[in-house]
Amino acid sequence: MNFELTEDQNAYREAAEEFAAKEMAPHAAEWDAEQIFPKDVLRAAGELGFCGLYSPEKAGGLGLSRLDSSIVFEALCTKGDTSTSAFLTIHNMATWMATAFGQDEMVEEWGEKLTSGQALASYCLTESGAGSDASSLKTTARKDGDHYILNGGKQFSSGAGDTEALVVMARTGEDGPRGITCFLVPGDTDGVSYGKKEEKMGWNSQPTRAITFEDAKIPATYRIGEEGEGFKFAMMGLDGGRINIGVCSVGTAQAAMETTRDYLHERKQFGQAIADFQATQFKFADMATELTAARQMIRLAASKLDNKAPEATSFCAMAKRFATDACFNVVNDALQLHGGYGYIKEYPLERMVRDLRVHQILEGTNEIMRMIIARRLLADGALEQIK
Amino acid sequence: MKVMVSVKRVVDYNVRIQVKGDGSGVNLDGVKMSMNPFDEIAMEQAVQMKDAGTAEEVIAVTIGPAKAEEQLRSALAFGADRAIHVKTDEEIQPLTAARILAKLFEKEQPKVLLTGKQAIDDDANQTGQMTAALLDLPQATFASAIEFDGDKAKVTREVDSGLETIEVDLPAVITTDLRLNEPRYLKLPDIMKAKKKPIDAMSVEDLGIEEAVKLNVTKTAPPPEREPGVMVEDVNELVSKMKDKGLV
Repeated sequence: MNFELTEDQNAYREAAEEFAAKEMAPHAAEWDAEQIFPKDVLRAAGELGFCGLYSPEKAGGLGLSRLDSSIVFEALCTKGDTSTSAFLTIHNMATWMATAFGQDEMVEEWGEKLTSGQALASYCLTESGAGSDASSLKTTARKDGDHYILNGGKQFSSGAGDTEALVVMARTGEDGPRGITCFLVPGDTDGVSYGKKEEKMGWNSQPTRAITFEDAKIPATYRIGEEGEGFKFAMMGLDGGRINIGVCSVGTAQAAMETTRDYLHERKQFGQAIADFQATQFKFADMATELTAARQMIRLAASKLDNKAPEATSFCAMAKRFATDACFNVVNDALQLHGGYGYIKEYPLERMVRDLRVHQILEGTNEIMRMIIARRLLADGALEQIK
Repeated sequence: MKVMVSVKRVVDYNVRIQVKGDGSGVNLDGVKMSMNPFDEIAMEQAVQMKDAGTAEEVIAVTIGPAKAEEQLRSALAFGADRAIHVKTDEEIQPLTAARILAKLFEKEQPKVLLTGKQAIDDDANQTGQMTAALLDLPQATFASAIEFDGDKAKVTREVDSGLETIEVDLPAVITTDLRLNEPRYLKLPDIMKAKKKPIDAMSVEDLGIEEAVKLNVTKTAPPPEREPGVMVEDVNELVSKMKDKGLV
């Protein structure tokens, strides 16, 4: 066992840092304030390989492990922009689902476009009446010859209205999880319409919209996997999605701590640098400890997923819950240590707090994470699997 | 044509340098190291020549410790076809570096040797010039534009009085300046491919080079700390303060 990054992982991280520092960081405040979705920068990220990190190579992806991918996402958040990088993680998740399980004709047509970032993807699971209880979703897909016809609606879809592809969970059969099927729906399909752009607390560089399907007709070849497999894919996708969101919190908290470290040395009160006050030092030490614990939880979960460990889902849920909570507290403490300067937009702290707040809510709320962890680990023999 | 590019492993330009307590040098423990930025510009030039069909083969060369392989891997990810690593744990002075590069040049017979005008660690700005002298080849230093035409290269140089354009016969040594180009971002697939490209490793002794120790660093010191200023009420006070200090 070895906790050091490999030479390759360091090279990926440096490549991501370089891109993020030059192409994302200088614009992050503006993208937030003006609610700009930087598709050109996402496409440029795609040219470097960041849009299909763990998608299969046959579809133009890089086939990297989840652990390698998490290191790239972390770097993009630390040196670049949280909201835009978080969208990139969602695109990676949706692209992986479509390219790993899609039918050959569809992957032939869409794979390269998605993995190169020429087409961007939204993930569409949540509905107005089906959030935490996702398997109760009501959107339907009815088979009609060699087509499916979709009706219903989705809520809170990242990127929707500005993305070229929607990865949609819809009901083709019985109630409950077994009746759900996954589809790739081109964003401009007739019968697909979008709601207004939601006004949000953070994540402002990516639009969030509701989607309505009214007799939206797609080829049957756009079905991803078999009928009834959708919920399984959704949960598999979310295992990785939870690592992605958790690592976006870790990367941002790292950035917040680096900014804070510099500030603590510069800022003088009562005749000394505030870094010299023990109250500040103890706070800073605790923040660094929480951040490190969060990072290790994320990397452990990614490794479990890569190695198909029996309790990988529990590890992903635990890591997401812990990292998003701990890192929210780290950036919030970083804001506090900046005093009044932390609250004004000249410094990045308030944006970090706003962006990280939603990580505790999406990809399954942190309360749902606890449900998943408890339900799985209360089962016979499961606890013995996490040793 | 065949192009050789020499790259050096140096402390990353973003790192805040710490001088060792005893003044014997700078602290390199756990410090981020990168390819010398001017050498990145030389790499970019070489790869652009490959993209344009002017260069058939690009060979990256470095002289340095085992870890300098990281910079060669970066060069290979940029687009170099193969690499040569002259391994040494000693500090290599410009003349020794020039002797090594001259030896490799003779062995590989490239049409051009590209390298940064200087390395940002010691700022010596000597290796390119010395290599050209040892090989008795033309040199074009501080290049901000390069145009190849048959067996000649037209090079625009950044000199104190402005821009100077010279023509050199090939083979030649060209050193690259900041405004020649903007190095590309490394693509993850290229980083992966670079792993499989060959690196030929050898020692300084293998090349039969005698190490030149001409320079002796006697002391390394950080720049003096900026002294606190004083606030003045008006222009008169400013002028009188400056007079007191003998500045006007």
